[in-house]
Amino acid sequence: MALPVAPKPVLRRFHQARWDEPIIFELSTPGERGILVQQAESAAVEALDLLEDRLTPLRRASAPALPELAQMRVVRHYLRVSQENLGADFNIDIGQGTCTMKYSPKVNETIIRTPKLMDIHPLQDEASIQGLLEIYWRMEQMLAEISGMSRVSMQTQGGSAAIWANIAMIRAYHESHGEGEVRDEVITTIFSHPSNAACAKAAGYKVITLMPDADGYPDIDALRAAVSPRTAALMITNPEDTGIYNAKIREFVDIVHDVGALAAYDQANANGILGITRASDAGFDLCHFNLHKTFGTPHGSGGPGAGASCVSEKLVPFLPGPTIDKVGETFTVNRDHPQSVGTVAPFFGVAPNVVRAYAWIMALGADGLRQVAEIAVLNNNYLLAKVLEIPGASAPYAEGKRRIEQVRYSWQELFEETGVSSEEIGIRMSDFGMHYWTSHHPYLVPQPFTLEPTESYSKTEIDEYVAVLAHVAGEARTNPEIVRTAPHNQTVHHIHHDDLDDPARWAITWRAYQKKHLSN
Amino acid sequence: MNNPVAHPYIPNSVPAVRDAMLTAVGAADIDEFYADIPASLRVQGSLNLPAPFLAEADLERHVSALLNKNKSTRETLSFLGAGTYNHYVPSVVGEVINRSEFLTAYAGEPYEDHGRFQALFEYQSMMAELLNMDVVNVPTYDGMQATATALAMAGRITGRRGIVLVSDANPDMLSKVSDYVRSFMDLHVVPSYNGTADLEAAALAIDSGTAAVWIQTPSFHGALEAQGAQLARLAHDAGAIAVVGTDPIAYGVLSPPADWGADIVCGDIQSLGVHQWFGGGRGGFIAVHDDPTFVLEMPSRLFGLESTDVEGEYGFGDVAWDRTSFALREEGKEWVGTAAALWGIAAGVYLASMGPTGMAELGETLLARTAYAAQQLASVDGLELSDTALHLREIVVDFSNAALTSTEVVTALRARGIEPGVVLTGNRLLVCVTEQLTAADIDTLAATLTAVLKEN
Repeated sequence: MALPVAPKPVLRRFHQARWDEPIIFELSTPGERGILVQQAESAAVEALDLLEDRLTPLRRASAPALPELAQMRVVRHYLRVSQENLGADFNIDIGQGTCTMKYSPKVNETIIRTPKLMDIHPLQDEASIQGLLEIYWRMEQMLAEISGMSRVSMQTQGGSAAIWANIAMIRAYHESHGEGEVRDEVITTIFSHPSNAACAKAAGYKVITLMPDADGYPDIDALRAAVSPRTAALMITNPEDTGIYNAKIREFVDIVHDVGALAAYDQANANGILGITRASDAGFDLCHFNLHKTFGTPHGSGGPGAGASCVSEKLVPFLPGPTIDKVGETFTVNRDHPQSVGTVAPFFGVAPNVVRAYAWIMALGADGLRQVAEIAVLNNNYLLAKVLEIPGASAPYAEGKRRIEQVRYSWQELFEETGVSSEEIGIRMSDFGMHYWTSHHPYLVPQPFTLEPTESYSKTEIDEYVAVLAHVAGEARTNPEIVRTAPHNQTVHHIHHDDLDDPARWAITWRAYQKKHLSN
Repeated sequence: MNNPVAHPYIPNSVPAVRDAMLTAVGAADIDEFYADIPASLRVQGSLNLPAPFLAEADLERHVSALLNKNKSTRETLSFLGAGTYNHYVPSVVGEVINRSEFLTAYAGEPYEDHGRFQALFEYQSMMAELLNMDVVNVPTYDGMQATATALAMAGRITGRRGIVLVSDANPDMLSKVSDYVRSFMDLHVVPSYNGTADLEAAALAIDSGTAAVWIQTPSFHGALEAQGAQLARLAHDAGAIAVVGTDPIAYGVLSPPADWGADIVCGDIQSLGVHQWFGGGRGGFIAVHDDPTFVLEMPSRLFGLESTDVEGEYGFGDVAWDRTSFALREEGKEWVGTAAALWGIAAGVYLASMGPTGMAELGETLLARTAYAAQQLASVDGLELSDTALHLREIVVDFSNAALTSTEVVTALRARGIEPGVVLTGNRLLVCVTEQLTAADIDTLAATLTAVLKEN
């Protein structure tokens, strides 16, 4: 007898795990152990005894108050906590716009979990790391081809660290031309990642931010007004976080080049243009990729990511060191770079991510990369069409134009009608196992939400996401209370954020919490 | 769209689905979406990349074959340190951080990512116990970055430019720090004396322009600073901030820097449950006391504990979000971005597994094995220790009076399956011992060195 086919609910029923899991210190039982460690031999203990008089003043008076748990209790605690977390492998993570959430292939996890990578020391004999050096070298060649730039360093550990490497190289370049003092301004745009502005500031530059014109493009007249002999660089994203591609990008680069400045391309949003257009085509001097975004390495709850810095010929001397060179059939580490900005991160960067990204590119090839970009863009425009069908949603700027990788939408109309904010809608979305994020500050687009479907999500999944979005927007009209009091199906309920900004009450560690809140 | 293969990573590459979606948005083809990209900026033809390994089995074989050319530190006797350490990583750690829930999560809100917030809050809290300080950040990239940031914080807090470094610091760290702070601070290096700070010279170098007295303990050479309290007092008397760079591995037995006066403590957490990863398993910590003057100068994320609408329920959130560049762009304190959160979760699992007893025993083992290595290597004919300071995990051996240079010795020992250490300038060798190297391993190193030096 055939089983009856159960009717599928219009909206997936979801409830996040709720274990009421204590803070780990509350689980502690004195005397329990999670692991036994290697003990020193008597000969070693005797050697230490000879030093004890000198060591005693450096000894700790009492043991640190770490929790004490048997191993299986450690496992259970952390796995319960992990279940109370919604990773990209569990939800249709298209709501985390600007972050390019995509599939992290499992074969790459199999590949990297070998002692041949995990237990390699960066300073061991070069003859014993030829495979790893070859992967780095091949990766450099491939990223140079993908960006059109001359050389690549994968030393930085994330996109923002790569932005820092960009500004460090820009500074070193101008100093090498005797213009370090004169060029003290960096131009960026409001829809570029905040780290472009923040890194330039941290390097000592005055930051000039271009606002969008009426259509959402960075204002080219504002750029013309901003450039001067004091300009060190333009640091810009394209497409910006609005998803709009700036067709005048070559003119932007030419304008800054005309005053002797450099142009740095933040390619955090490169996923939709892989194999379509390259940084070199628009004349950029520097660019970087985020390997965890564009090349599919997992985002790790907020890192480790990995950055790749790509530069044109004239910036090559300033690249962070060391580099990997191929000499004959041998791969070798080259530390002889006198003009380099030096070591911006330890050794060779985040090696597991470099290997994962290498495997990802090798799984796709040139046609596959282009397919990634094209399907990501198709998904995005499909999603755009569907979202715009929801009453109260809009996509400000560049009306009627196609978008590239993502769109910054607005609930302003819905907010005006119902008083329900974008943030509240995002929290309610979590009740259905969906995440979404508003945008970076400042909220130039009112009541923003930023969606980026990438190539990883199927049409069915995009439809499901939109159905939830439409349902919640509908609730804002018919039952706003249920939205305002969300979440209802989550591990925890509405959190009181006020104390997090009050130094008298914030609690950044368990001991601080005990002192401030439990001492009476 | 020329590729007829529906790629397993790309569901909508199925031609029928793709066509249906094009129809739904009223586009004739995908190229229409790229209308804004001028023809002059278009890639002509295909990128010149190697042919892909489309079948997963072929891909795995290709990359694994490359990796299998490597020889890991499990296959040699490795005394390599210098910032990346071969400590044991309990299996529990991998079990937790390889869970998809943590591995593939990113920037969710405190609701759907309650677990990530809790795990990182617990990491912060356990580090705080180890360091005896009340505030620890969500990990930044690595110890070099954490130190650069700590020194920059001192500059902002004091409004001064001077950094006085009194310890031997890792040259890569110095490179990073110098480039990071040079637009607004000046670095003065006071050479160490017999491995640790030269107190008199430090006193002369510290003045009213000093923002930070920077102490590394253990130093790049593994020397433990025994005069921390005096140095912190010198800093405070001059109105400066005591910044201590360290490795938390031995604070199960050693007094944490806060106990002798440190205001900011920073360093790397690779030792705490993260594999070596070719030098890429790094995470930076910055710890301060619960003083808003310091906390508000921290650029990294800080996860805090908070109440919810339901009594007795723990919620979490970002503390003082408006400090960060996410909120303020160039007006923020430096920048914040994707850094090393997963390694923070790893370190949390590690510390929870070790507990106070495990950390104390580990610290004893490290101190004892280091002392033993120093004793055994100093007894090899022609070798001397560079200093007589107390050491943790690393020591420096001087080859000036030996038959071979330190570089020659490395070559000779590698041929015998031993990585004896990292060559330093001045014909010296930085030798590292962790709990993974036994007294017998150290004996093997000493005996091999003796043999090799005798042969020449």
